[in-house]
Amino acid sequence: MSAGDVAVRVKGVSHQFGEASEAQYVRALADTSLDILRGELLCLIGPSGCGKSTLLNVIGGLLAPSGGTVEVAGKPVRGPMPRDIAFVFQENALFPWSTVMENIRLGMLFQGVPRAEHEPRAKQCLEAVGLSDFAHHYPGQLSGGMRQRAALARALALQTGILLMDEPFGALDEQTRMILGEDLSVLLARTEKTIVFVTHSLGEAVFLADRVAVFSARPGTIKKIIRVDEPHPRNPAFVTSEKFTTLRNELYALLHDEIRKAVAESGRAGNAGGSP
Amino acid sequence: MERRRQRTQQIASRAVQIGFLLALFALWYLATNRWGVNHLLLPNPIAVWHQLMDVLSTGEYLPDLRVTLTEVAAAFAIAVTSGTLVGYVVSRSRYLIRVFEPLFAGIYSIPIILFLPLYVLFFGLGPTSKIALGTTISFFPIVLSTIAGFSNVDRVLVTAARSMGASDYQMFRFVLLPAALPVILSGLRMGFTVALLSIIGSETIASLAGLGHHIVQLAEGMDMARMFAYIAFVVVIAALLNGVVSTLEARGRLR
Repeated sequence: MSAGDVAVRVKGVSHQFGEASEAQYVRALADTSLDILRGELLCLIGPSGCGKSTLLNVIGGLLAPSGGTVEVAGKPVRGPMPRDIAFVFQENALFPWSTVMENIRLGMLFQGVPRAEHEPRAKQCLEAVGLSDFAHHYPGQLSGGMRQRAALARALALQTGILLMDEPFGALDEQTRMILGEDLSVLLARTEKTIVFVTHSLGEAVFLADRVAVFSARPGTIKKIIRVDEPHPRNPAFVTSEKFTTLRNELYALLHDEIRKAVAESGRAGNAGGSP
Repeated sequence: MERRRQRTQQIASRAVQIGFLLALFALWYLATNRWGVNHLLLPNPIAVWHQLMDVLSTGEYLPDLRVTLTEVAAAFAIAVTSGTLVGYVVSRSRYLIRVFEPLFAGIYSIPIILFLPLYVLFFGLGPTSKIALGTTISFFPIVLSTIAGFSNVDRVLVTAARSMGASDYQMFRFVLLPAALPVILSGLRMGFTVALLSIIGSETIASLAGLGHHIVQLAEGMDMARMFAYIAFVVVIAALLNGVVSTLEARGRLR
């Protein structure tokens, strides 16, 4: 990773849902700026509704921000950029009527990959996520963890420089999550991808990230960025190291107050319109 | 073990179903042959059977069958085309859904067959009034299921396809259509059933030809055994057609 090489530049982005006069009005994201470096894995972490998923969608061009701009490779983002950015969503984003293989091929079809390349690329990506034996299964026949591996394979097959992951392991149990995290770290050490990873889990953030951006309560903005100096692929033993614990505790301290604020806020607002 | 028990249960319930039908026929036989029920009210089952064989062997049912099937096919084809098209267009806008969905659902809940006299007035006694009525009646389940199918596509699937660069055509062909298809297919099946029902029904009320027409003629001529034979024939035809449509629906779902 050559430092200073910026893959994504977020400049003064803010976003609100609805108009100021409406009951549904939510200020999700306040004036946020951030440089994401080429080849790094950046985790976004923060209390529920702090706008971290909103920021991810803005970066990916799925949501036009109320204010500010995002640049990818120097170009302003105005909509989805399938050649540069791939997404992995929280869950159930695979087409349930298609097999794993067909899902991966559909992604390449949408992106415009020549048909002859579909099969070899799909096979290679399935192998990379350890799903070669399940190419012809339907998503409904797979466990939650396997479905997310398949979704990751679909995103990898697009061969984009940037991968945006929105709580991809959020719906999985702790153990599956741990294994997937380890595999992801190994997988990503081999590619040069820039990754933005939204998570709720402190451990996951420290384990995976090169940098962790901690969000404040709504309207969210980046409160602090913590650096995790540990080479990829991360060894499972890293989790039990003192460095891991120290970083995790530091994150916890930063987050704790914000989570309290977020809970108090949502109590006052009668839970009016949390952003997903 | 479990499978075997299920199989035994299945056979048992089949046996009860067949036994019920046999008992019904036995009652019918006894009522007409032993208990002296008037043959003008209820003809003898054996006489009905002979009449049915006669109807089938002479092929005299063919002109009426052709009329009825043509009416059903035309009505269903028009209803499918217009219902899916209108349904798709409405499903693309929340505003249109809010306006039209309750409207269609409201009309669907009234007995449209009541308007048959008007249809006859407008379109005459011939097949056109039957086609128009059948189309109207089967349009509503089709349009409603099409709206439901296309408007309830999981948002995350649409977002995922958009993020991967799907064009409008690709979005329709590979995301919206397969997601909506099961719901639309069950609407088509319902549409077919009500088209068949309403067309045969309206033939019995006001018509010049068709299976329903023929049955009423036989009733007016007091030819009860032959009328019963025709009813049995129509029941079998209707069951066959519905069977075909259900099979096609199941096939479409599997895809």
